[in-house]
Amino acid sequence: MKKYTYTEKKDTRSGFGAGMEVLGNTNPNVVALCADLVASLKLEAFIRDNPERFIQTGIAEANMIGISAGLTIGGKIPFASTFANFATGRVYDQIRQSVAYSGKNVKICASHAGLTLGEDGATHQILEDLGLMKMLPHMTVINPCDYNQTKAATIAIADYEGPVYLRFGRPVVPVFTPADQKFEIGKAWTVNEGKDVSIFATGHLVWEAILAGEILEQEGIDAEIINIHTIKPLDEEAILKSAGKTRAVVTAEEHNRLGGLGDSVAQVLIKNLLVPQEYVAVNDSFGESGTPDQLMQKYGLTAQNIVEAARKAIARRG
Amino acid sequence: MEINQLKDVASQVRRDIVRMVHGCKSGHPGGSLGCTDLLVALYFEKMKLAEKDGKPAFEMDGKGEDLFFLSNGHISPVWYSVLARRGYFDVSELGTFRKLNTRLQGHPTTHDGLPGVRIASGSLGQGLSVAIGAALAKRLNKDESNVFVLMGDGEQQEGQVWEAAAFAPHHKMDKLIAFIDYNGQQIDGPTISVLDNRDLAEKYKAFGWEVIELAKGNDMPSVLEGIDRARAASGKGKPVAVILHTEMGYGVDYMMGTHKWHGAAPNDEQLAVALAQLPETLGDY
Repeated sequence: MKKYTYTEKKDTRSGFGAGMEVLGNTNPNVVALCADLVASLKLEAFIRDNPERFIQTGIAEANMIGISAGLTIGGKIPFASTFANFATGRVYDQIRQSVAYSGKNVKICASHAGLTLGEDGATHQILEDLGLMKMLPHMTVINPCDYNQTKAATIAIADYEGPVYLRFGRPVVPVFTPADQKFEIGKAWTVNEGKDVSIFATGHLVWEAILAGEILEQEGIDAEIINIHTIKPLDEEAILKSAGKTRAVVTAEEHNRLGGLGDSVAQVLIKNLLVPQEYVAVNDSFGESGTPDQLMQKYGLTAQNIVEAARKAIARRG
Repeated sequence: MEINQLKDVASQVRRDIVRMVHGCKSGHPGGSLGCTDLLVALYFEKMKLAEKDGKPAFEMDGKGEDLFFLSNGHISPVWYSVLARRGYFDVSELGTFRKLNTRLQGHPTTHDGLPGVRIASGSLGQGLSVAIGAALAKRLNKDESNVFVLMGDGEQQEGQVWEAAAFAPHHKMDKLIAFIDYNGQQIDGPTISVLDNRDLAEKYKAFGWEVIELAKGNDMPSVLEGIDRARAASGKGKPVAVILHTEMGYGVDYMMGTHKWHGAAPNDEQLAVALAQLPETLGDY
């Protein structure tokens, strides 16, 4: 097992803020929009450097999406940002018609995704957003794993023409990917090569997958860990190559098991390979108040859950 | 263009509308007929449009030209006809309206690259936000031209309209001119009984808009004068709303004064009656 260490923990939303700061100084077409959550989205540096290219919409997300679509017509690259729940479910029809169907170059940037938003509870903890966004034709869906990767992804999507959903979160998590990484949309990143089981993880669950890999190693199980930071378009080649080798699959995500990464991987497998797959995901429920750690525990999204899923997948393979 | 020429164009556009909805046995003639005079006045006289060799030169970014957005996308027949008659695409394409494998979708869309259309509309309430975004881009690009948007009066029931209505004055979007087609009808009946818009002009004023009442929205000289008034009011720190009083179905007697023709197509006999009231001026497609 390749050794991963970290010197600090940081929130992925700060990676977004850092990426926006870079874009503010390098790409004059980038415009930031926010619906009354500037501090939560870490947009202060962008606004400080580019006050004329920041648009405060107030608590009016539908209008923010429509304005973003309109901005693209004049050649701007809008980054519309708010909490994941309000950036997707609340404005699904606006995204569908004015952004995705119209093929507009809007970047929907969603913080506080999943359970790890924590104490605010289920009203703010969307676990359906990846599914909602990946079902939209033309939409690219990205869920990076740590601060550095979120920063790199933020910068990368500005150069990609087309609608993008970029998902990140609130909790501080280990920073273990390189600061100077180049983010390639749609290209899975092999975190660890192994031969016994494939763990396809996304977002915060990639670190849990690494911890799981270390536990499995002690049991003599050699896990291949792959970071699926791009849910759509999915790197089918990487998935099939790995699953074809290990013939046992685990998917891990901070999302409802319906409609997320697990289902995307299952679709690829079912057409190509007969291999068992186990889901580590929220079992079709809403969240609740609690600390991020407590919630990950209660809803079964920890390294230990991944370990158990891996054992099960291997057992089913026989 | 002279008033009489504009009236001739409007008559032909109305013929196109009823023939288009008849041809596919579906679509929305009522609101289309009511807004014909406005769209003809804008596209044939009042909007500053990019041109090359006397024809519109469509670019998505529309730099340096006035932009028009149709928020109530269901009145696509009038927009398609006006765009075609203005030269954005061939008038023969009007015969493909709402048919399989065509660019003239039931509600306007960009994904097949139809010249003149910059965003999809149909699901109501989104166009004012889009127009604001386009106007913000113009502001950032130091482009002084206007952005026009047309909404329905029933559409004012959508909450997003009021998110946008609050935003535009706050951000002094004074190049934005929003028309509201005040025909008093919607699918389920008169707007006053479905959900009353109640003091619409006062609402926009309270939100910080400059409001113009255009009483005769189906009278070409009045429409031209109203657009001039709206443009004169723009650039002065406030967005401009024009309450455009129209009659749904205007120009076809049996389609007027009722919501029945909001989204229904005439049969063969009804088509003949309608066409007899609308002189062919530029030649049918």
